[in-house]
Amino acid sequence: MTATKKAHPYGGKMTFWERTYLPEVFRGMGITIKHVIHNLLHTSEMPTVQYPEEHRSYSPRFRGRHRLMQRDDGSPRCVACMMCSTACPADCIHIVAGEHPDPAIEKFPETFDIDLLRCVYCGLCEEACPCDAIRMDTGIYEIAGTTREEFFVSKEFLLNNKSDGTEV
Amino acid sequence: MESITGLLTKIFGDGMSPMALLISGGLTMALIMSLVMAMCAIVFTWMERKVAGFLQSRYGPMRVGGFHGVLQPVADMLKILGKEDIIPDEADKALFMLSPFVIFIGSLMAWAAIPFAPGFIASNLDLGLFYIFAVSSAAPAGILMAGWASNNKWALYGAARGAAQMVSYEIPLALAAIPVVMATGSLNMNAIVDAQGGGVLNWYIVHDPFLFLAFCLYFIASIAEVNRGPFDMPETESELVAGYHTEYTGMRFAFFFLAEYANLFLVSCIATAVFLGGWHPIAGPVFLPGLVFLIKAVILVFLQMLVRWTLPRLRVDQLMHTCWKVMVPLTLLCVLGSGIWMMVSGELL
Repeated sequence: MTATKKAHPYGGKMTFWERTYLPEVFRGMGITIKHVIHNLLHTSEMPTVQYPEEHRSYSPRFRGRHRLMQRDDGSPRCVACMMCSTACPADCIHIVAGEHPDPAIEKFPETFDIDLLRCVYCGLCEEACPCDAIRMDTGIYEIAGTTREEFFVSKEFLLNNKSDGTEV
Repeated sequence: MESITGLLTKIFGDGMSPMALLISGGLTMALIMSLVMAMCAIVFTWMERKVAGFLQSRYGPMRVGGFHGVLQPVADMLKILGKEDIIPDEADKALFMLSPFVIFIGSLMAWAAIPFAPGFIASNLDLGLFYIFAVSSAAPAGILMAGWASNNKWALYGAARGAAQMVSYEIPLALAAIPVVMATGSLNMNAIVDAQGGGVLNWYIVHDPFLFLAFCLYFIASIAEVNRGPFDMPETESELVAGYHTEYTGMRFAFFFLAEYANLFLVSCIATAVFLGGWHPIAGPVFLPGLVFLIKAVILVFLQMLVRWTLPRLRVDQLMHTCWKVMVPLTLLCVLGSGIWMMVSGELL
């Protein structure tokens, strides 16, 4: 078997024009100027998001900050069954149960605290909940604070989270 | 200069002695040119970042000044003014403090012979082109001073590379302009521009094929001369930290920066005046000469930026190979070829 004389793109002898590099230089310049012109004409197609003014739109399934659902009278739907805090892999839900005055409802949460710094936003709590009392559909992902205490959110705070992300 | 001295005579009357007129006129032009240089740095840093951004499908600066971050260079300038001026203990203090200004002055001096518009030239020297190439040779000295005085191995490497590169590329740079001088029969910048009047076909870039080649070689050599990518060996941020200005901070660093962008515009202005017809428009009579000149120069600056953000950096030996074994012979060929061309076409009689 004889070796072929044809120049291989990744080795072998380069031709004269390949050694001058000029065709490739001009090809590269052509590609970049095409990018410049395309981006100038279609500025809105650029992937950059001007963040504080613009936000990326996430899918409705996106798991943001938690909220507690309310009954018609405004009290929490939660029955303090501890399913969520049991399911939680980060052990960030702390519930203290109390006896509900209504005999039809057995228990209610006296406190319902979530440590947002421990939470891993896995969504196992909403899956575990038997009465759809905890949801993560607020879409809030900008969770910031200056002290650890600010991230330790209470029942009242979670009840006031709305599904469209607004706080009351 | 003539227009400036004329203006000064109008303002102050005929009472001024010729000497006072000369000095005040010169100082006024120097002030204007310094402002032009400062504007270069302001406009072209913004432009560079925008070009780089759009080339890479991102925006570049967007915040300061409303529309597309137009005031970003001003903010940068204010920031750099507030920086501490650090001089290393081991540095050669006098040289260290002096070198940014050597580079700056070398660049500023060259502006004296750039014809921006008819009559708007700081000094209408008969040896204009020669003068420009001569004074821009001050830059390697400034770079060597900076690198040596910093007492830092990165800075010294960068300076040695920069000096070698700039001294080498001055030769093809000047040689590429020689065919134009032959065609004009003068080194005077005004004469060179005047000879290209009356439409695009009279520009020296299309005078003959050898002059077109000379323009291409000039453009490549000028990128190397101002130390920009793909020939940015003196800075090579990936291997030499920042090259010869590694140890510089604050205003001294700003002067290096200023000189870099002023030089970028300077070589584009020379190319515009020498090859692209200066202030003469593509067709028709001379119209807004300063603006026409500026547009041509800015297009060349844009091309230089495009080259910088497209091509990878050369190795030092490749850089020297390109200069001495490719560009110098080719420029010599241009000189010979366009000489023969002019003889055959009967221009040289």
